Amino acid sequence: MPTNNMTRLDPNSQAASRGLSDLSIRNLFIIPTIAFLIIFNIFPLLYSLGYSFTDFRASTNAPAKFVGLQNYRDLLNDPFIWKNFSITAKYVLISVTGQVVVGFGLAMLLNRAIPAKGLITTLLLLPMMLSMAVVGLFWKLLYDPNFGIINYFLGLGKFEWLADPDMALWAIAIVDIWMWSPFVMLLSLAGLSAVPKHLYEAAEIDRAGNIYTFFRITLPLVAPILMIAIIFRTMEAFKTFDLAYVLSSQPTTELIAIRLYKMAFQEWQTGMSSAFAYIVLIMVVAITNIYVKYLNKVKAR
Amino acid sequence: MAGVQTTAEKWTNRTAIAAVFVALIIMLTPIYWIAATAFKPRNLATTIPPTVVYEPTVAPFVKLFTKRSQLREQPTQEEYDTAPWWEKMVYDGGEKVVRNRKSGEVRSSGYGDRFKNSLIVSVISTILAVGMGTLTAYGFSRFKVAGEDDWLFFILSTRMLPPVVVAIPMFLMYRVVGLNDTHMGLIILYTAFNLSFAVWIMKGFIDEIPREYEEAALVDGYTRIQAFFKVVLPEALTGMAATAVFCFITAWNEYAFALIMTNRNAQTAPPYIPSQVGSGLPDWTVIAAGTFLFLIPVAIFTFLLRNHLLRGMSFGAIRK
Repeated sequence: MPTNNMTRLDPNSQAASRGLSDLSIRNLFIIPTIAFLIIFNIFPLLYSLGYSFTDFRASTNAPAKFVGLQNYRDLLNDPFIWKNFSITAKYVLISVTGQVVVGFGLAMLLNRAIPAKGLITTLLLLPMMLSMAVVGLFWKLLYDPNFGIINYFLGLGKFEWLADPDMALWAIAIVDIWMWSPFVMLLSLAGLSAVPKHLYEAAEIDRAGNIYTFFRITLPLVAPILMIAIIFRTMEAFKTFDLAYVLSSQPTTELIAIRLYKMAFQEWQTGMSSAFAYIVLIMVVAITNIYVKYLNKVKAR
Repeated sequence: MAGVQTTAEKWTNRTAIAAVFVALIIMLTPIYWIAATAFKPRNLATTIPPTVVYEPTVAPFVKLFTKRSQLREQPTQEEYDTAPWWEKMVYDGGEKVVRNRKSGEVRSSGYGDRFKNSLIVSVISTILAVGMGTLTAYGFSRFKVAGEDDWLFFILSTRMLPPVVVAIPMFLMYRVVGLNDTHMGLIILYTAFNLSFAVWIMKGFIDEIPREYEEAALVDGYTRIQAFFKVVLPEALTGMAATAVFCFITAWNEYAFALIMTNRNAQTAPPYIPSQVGSGLPDWTVIAAGTFLFLIPVAIFTFLLRNHLLRGMSFGAIRK
């Protein structure tokens, strides 16, 4: 909760005028960070904005030629790029839905007196702390059609998870759900524990059914926090690179971030990829904006 | 739900607890399997049915740290007998340790160096991000800043960029100034990445420290700077430690920047471990051993951090 309305020490008082002035301390503390972020985040983006109007290739010494909006036009007319976007949309939908269902479900199960609850919760949270690339890679062994334990325990025989073009995206999303359901669970638990107990007691006195109680009391009160979790996970899923890159090289799992990586660092179409990065950037800024607006709304309550 | 539990409620509770335990087992199986595979002999790592009971061996770790090649001909009895225990393990696996031709020293695999690089880059970038982040958070928390919310949004937005988007121009710029494949290059990137997080989280922690503490110190004759270091910092220490652990884990786990910006000298473990799978039949016990060692710091930190996870993962939006 920002406490900006608190009284601040009068800058003209004697106490505040000893040593460095408040104004110079403020600048000393804030400006280096802002400068650092501008130099290493904003300046590079301006740098690549310039390249996005050229046909520059970082792999050659040929000078960059100005091509105007050609890159942007080509990209937006490229059916393969739209394919990447639709794969990404599908991936986001599968993985975020899965995370919400599993995460919220786990939170509902955990929201009661359970022996060793603290330890169990921490253990359940472990997957989300691990490296997506390193642990994700290990799922290759778990998914292996010949000796993977998933096929063995589910009795699926030699089911192909990653080699099947239609299944691969689902297989990646399942790993993502495994890793990030705990995140939704963590936030949902906070939401659930904040629901006042007396509401449930009142519902019980009124002989309200479990389903009624859930949809009329639990869900509406947890919704704001759940929404934070959903927006946050949507943003992250949209950016997914690591998991999909280590697990699969199928064209059917080519998410936007992977296409961008290949365009920039394998095909070395630097100018074109800079333009592509800008298109992605605008989309991310739009989602971030929604997220922050929502965050402030929730905080303001 | 005070009062007496009905039989139905009791059974709902029991079912829920049973379901929690089943979920726990499913969630932890992949992690358990990494640990289990890391101590298996190679021939038991890929069996059907899966091998659950076996005699643990450290052979995967020996192989993880040494450079090996296929054994063309069996070692002579004498060679085998005089070999140290760990070299025997490699012989037993049908491989031999590669030695330096001149000095006869055992050549190491790349893993140790990658692990060290991960440590260097993560620790230094964490110190920088938390240090700068705490100062900036204090500035935003205690002083009037014109357009404060806009600045904070700007700071947060730098974190939201997809790594590959930032990596394209950074790669070109680093190439000009010679920072590609250097520790410094990665440290700068990770510091920038974590700095925004540190500012947001630390602002929350510092907002919670009552202003009266510093104001009392100011009245007692401290300067603002002294008050900050002697009064505010000690109070903020828990928050700083939690923030540092989060920053460390983020840097430790980071993959995309490391993949693009480093290839040998400064490469960290995350891009190195997948590169070992390659084509053909990978030795999963070695990959599991590398993964296992890599996960230990994170697992320990997760337990230390358990009470701050909610706050950190929600960027300070939810506190408790």
